[in-house]
Amino acid sequence: MPPVDAAALIAGALLALGPAALAFGGRARGAIHAAATLLCLLAAETGGAALLTGTTTTLTLPIGLPWLGARLALDPLAAVFVLLLGLGGAAASLSSIGYYRHDPAPLRSLPFQPPFLGAMLAVLLAADAFSFLMAWEVMSLLSWALVMVDHRDAATRQAGFVYLAMAAFGTLALLLAFGLMAGPAGGYGFDAIRALPPAPLTVAAILGLMLLGAGSKAGLVPLHVWLPLAHPAAPSPVSALMSGVMTKVAVYAFLRVAFDLLPPAPWWAGSAVIVLGAGSAVLGILLAVVEADMKRALACSTIENIGVIFAATGLALAFRSGGMPALAALALSAALFHALNHMAMKSLLFLGAGAVLHATGTRMLDRMGGLIHRMPATAALMLLGVTAIAALPPLNGFASEWLVFQAVLASPALPQPALQMLVPAAGGLLALAAALAAAAFVRLYGVAFLGRPRTPEAAAAPEADRATLAAMGALALLCIGAGLLPGLVLDLIAPAARQLTGATLPAQAHQPWLTLVPVSAARGTYNGLLVGLFVALSAGLAAGVIHRTASRRLRRAPAWDCGFPQSLPDSQYGAGSFAQPIRRVLGRPLLNARETVHMPPPGDPSPARLTVTAADPAWAALYAPLGRGINATAAYANRFQALSIRRYLSLVFASLVLLLLGLALWG
Amino acid sequence: MGLILSLLVQGVQMALVVALAPVLTGFVRKVKARLTRRQGAPVLQPWRDILKLLRKEAIVADSASWVFRAAPYVIFAATWVAAALVPTFATNLQFSWSADLIAIVALLGLARFALALAGMDVGTAFGGLGASREMLFATVAEPAMLLITFTLALAAGSSQLSTIAAAMAGPEMGLRVSLGMALVALTLVALAENGRIPVDNPATHLELTMVHEAMVLEYSGRHLAMIELAASLKLLLSLSLIGCVFFPWGMAAPGDGVTAHLTAAGLWGAKLALGGTALAISETAVAKMRVFRVPDFLGVALMLGLLGTLLLFVSRGL
Repeated sequence: MPPVDAAALIAGALLALGPAALAFGGRARGAIHAAATLLCLLAAETGGAALLTGTTTTLTLPIGLPWLGARLALDPLAAVFVLLLGLGGAAASLSSIGYYRHDPAPLRSLPFQPPFLGAMLAVLLAADAFSFLMAWEVMSLLSWALVMVDHRDAATRQAGFVYLAMAAFGTLALLLAFGLMAGPAGGYGFDAIRALPPAPLTVAAILGLMLLGAGSKAGLVPLHVWLPLAHPAAPSPVSALMSGVMTKVAVYAFLRVAFDLLPPAPWWAGSAVIVLGAGSAVLGILLAVVEADMKRALACSTIENIGVIFAATGLALAFRSGGMPALAALALSAALFHALNHMAMKSLLFLGAGAVLHATGTRMLDRMGGLIHRMPATAALMLLGVTAIAALPPLNGFASEWLVFQAVLASPALPQPALQMLVPAAGGLLALAAALAAAAFVRLYGVAFLGRPRTPEAAAAPEADRATLAAMGALALLCIGAGLLPGLVLDLIAPAARQLTGATLPAQAHQPWLTLVPVSAARGTYNGLLVGLFVALSAGLAAGVIHRTASRRLRRAPAWDCGFPQSLPDSQYGAGSFAQPIRRVLGRPLLNARETVHMPPPGDPSPARLTVTAADPAWAALYAPLGRGINATAAYANRFQALSIRRYLSLVFASLVLLLLGLALWG
Repeated sequence: MGLILSLLVQGVQMALVVALAPVLTGFVRKVKARLTRRQGAPVLQPWRDILKLLRKEAIVADSASWVFRAAPYVIFAATWVAAALVPTFATNLQFSWSADLIAIVALLGLARFALALAGMDVGTAFGGLGASREMLFATVAEPAMLLITFTLALAAGSSQLSTIAAAMAGPEMGLRVSLGMALVALTLVALAENGRIPVDNPATHLELTMVHEAMVLEYSGRHLAMIELAASLKLLLSLSLIGCVFFPWGMAAPGDGVTAHLTAAGLWGAKLALGGTALAISETAVAKMRVFRVPDFLGVALMLGLLGTLLLFVSRGL
């Protein structure tokens, strides 16, 4: 069977699991999630096989618009994301078997979760605008239903509302973008769009609309505001899917249009994407640093990683418009690699956050602590995840960030002086984001898992279920594997890079010791395998020699703490106190962070109070005025609600005259 | 023959950096003591302390987890690997291609990550305080370091340290303003990374402004020895890095004989002594600054790095 047929069958089967869930009821939830896991693994296998052969297969199905049918295609670009979706979906579905076990209302999520995966797969396979938008909208609505699972919570309803509004706005932008691409002839198949490239200014307009449409789904600043609300509100496996996979589907949509359907864009379009990406990276991770809610902090870090991916994409656009396919392939490979890595890391972290939420009943970091003693396996896997996402060697997050920096270092080759100046500054911002990510995840892990328990619930937390641990373990293996052998992953995604830029990186599998060689051996190389091996060997050597020859005695005692007797667990550094220095230095200008101390007057025994406020600047700068504007317009339009019949008739007459006048002038 | 020699150079360097790191720390302390008209402890005192600590039993807090016990070895290993990959006296290190400057900086980041987590592990206020401040400093120091890397890579055409060192020693590399800026910026970042005055004071204890010492407060015995050794290694690495990038004279090139290597090693020792003396003089002359002045201090490094890069572009354009 051709890969596209197999992928279409899998998508159909995943969609059919929804009605099956309704038919069998909640009793079959284990079987349905297991089936989804298997289907996702099959999808990953299909995507991987299609990538290995590097071929494109197409299929036309007699569904959709009656006289046209739905066109599907599985080319290398789609195959990379099918692989990503398959792996992320399989992990989330596997963990769902355990996660929903004690769910009192399984039918709130069960009929939507496998079809959500199917809809995302359909977006990746679509090869005409109608099927694409249809699948996109189904994906948005199903994910909205999953966000609303816990609809009794007012905050969840609010998150669902914001998400729905942003999703509708995004689809509208996509609709306009595809309308512009289809042109006057209305060729809506992707091959027809490729055959008729639009004018350069139209290209820029389409890219702008795609940034709005795909960027709002991916969480690009300033369209990110729904993401920290909606992703954490959903059940944790769904959070993993939304952050790990759905944002990547949005990245796919942007790559598909910007590199495949459109001719090279003007260079300033690339620079706009770079600026947006670098800005998203810094703002997203800064929000994560000050966030007190574990899952929201993870969602904010998704904004950062999407920013990194978009910055690399922007670099690829700039190199492409400058006529440097090899460097464009470098930047694009970095973006694709980071997308794959982020799927693995963020799904791992969200599944772990779900286990913590189950165990402690809270998402607030300041009500956790010491979980490493009660949940050793979860804690060990989460430690791997935070090390990977903090971009530290020898794990995968560092490998892809290193590639992004190599692409940044190649920027002197660009012909435009403005870009030459911009790219190093953007590289500095990306390094700032990486350093802030390390701070954010030391804080998240340190406050939640290390130290002493702050509440009785945290002190009695049970270990996660086996299905979730298995899913996390598989994702952790992906993080290690992609970190130690990044060259093999790059070779795997090379067909996609060739399809989009016409060039590839040098073949990595033939390099000695599987070293990463992005441009040439003289320009900078990195070998994750050797670095990992060296660190492990040196640590083992040091520990072995010391234990053998010097001392291996160990005594447990109360903590020293400079002689203070062991105090209350609340005296530990919490989430807010850990963030305070960064909030003070970077949060004041960027998040408008303020601290006010309320001191009671002398003699008053009431406690002093410290109030800390920090807000996402996008709300104040963009959405609050927008909301006020809509309200004002609505209030104004309200006047037309209760007019006399005379006034309505004159209104009708006036508009008729205006329309005729317009027609006369236009004609 | 070349392979054997470069393997040998790599092995000698790995042993030398560990052997010399505490000596360098002792040397800096000695010079500081002499500058303040004190006799000072012998240069070998840090080694004696480490050996003594290694033989003692380790006391671990009740609330500590395995992270606390594993962290010292990770910190030491990551720092050691990073120090082994910086060309010190010869550029033909066998494994120098396995990590470029970005990866070496990231290895130090891994050590810092492990140290900050270990600081949070026991659950005391001091540990969290040190960890949170350390991460604040890193937040500003890391982008500055990347921009410095960018300047160097732009000037040398590579982010590989051995290539940078060779290019810097080459005849076509004249004096450049942007390289001067990179030197100043790298010095500032190195002071912060090593917790030296004016950013942190390695000699303090029980002070609210301490950072590194606050994180390692709970450590004792062999664990503390590993951390002390790693801190010394980091200082040696920083001085070697500045030496190999900005003062690469007299380094043995691939193909040189044994005598050239020996001379180069002696010259490296002289460079370290010079750098250590300069550090001691600056630490004697300068006062420590408040914690929230440090981001400004590192911000200067950040701006210098960016300016250096932009100047390079401008000068290339002309």
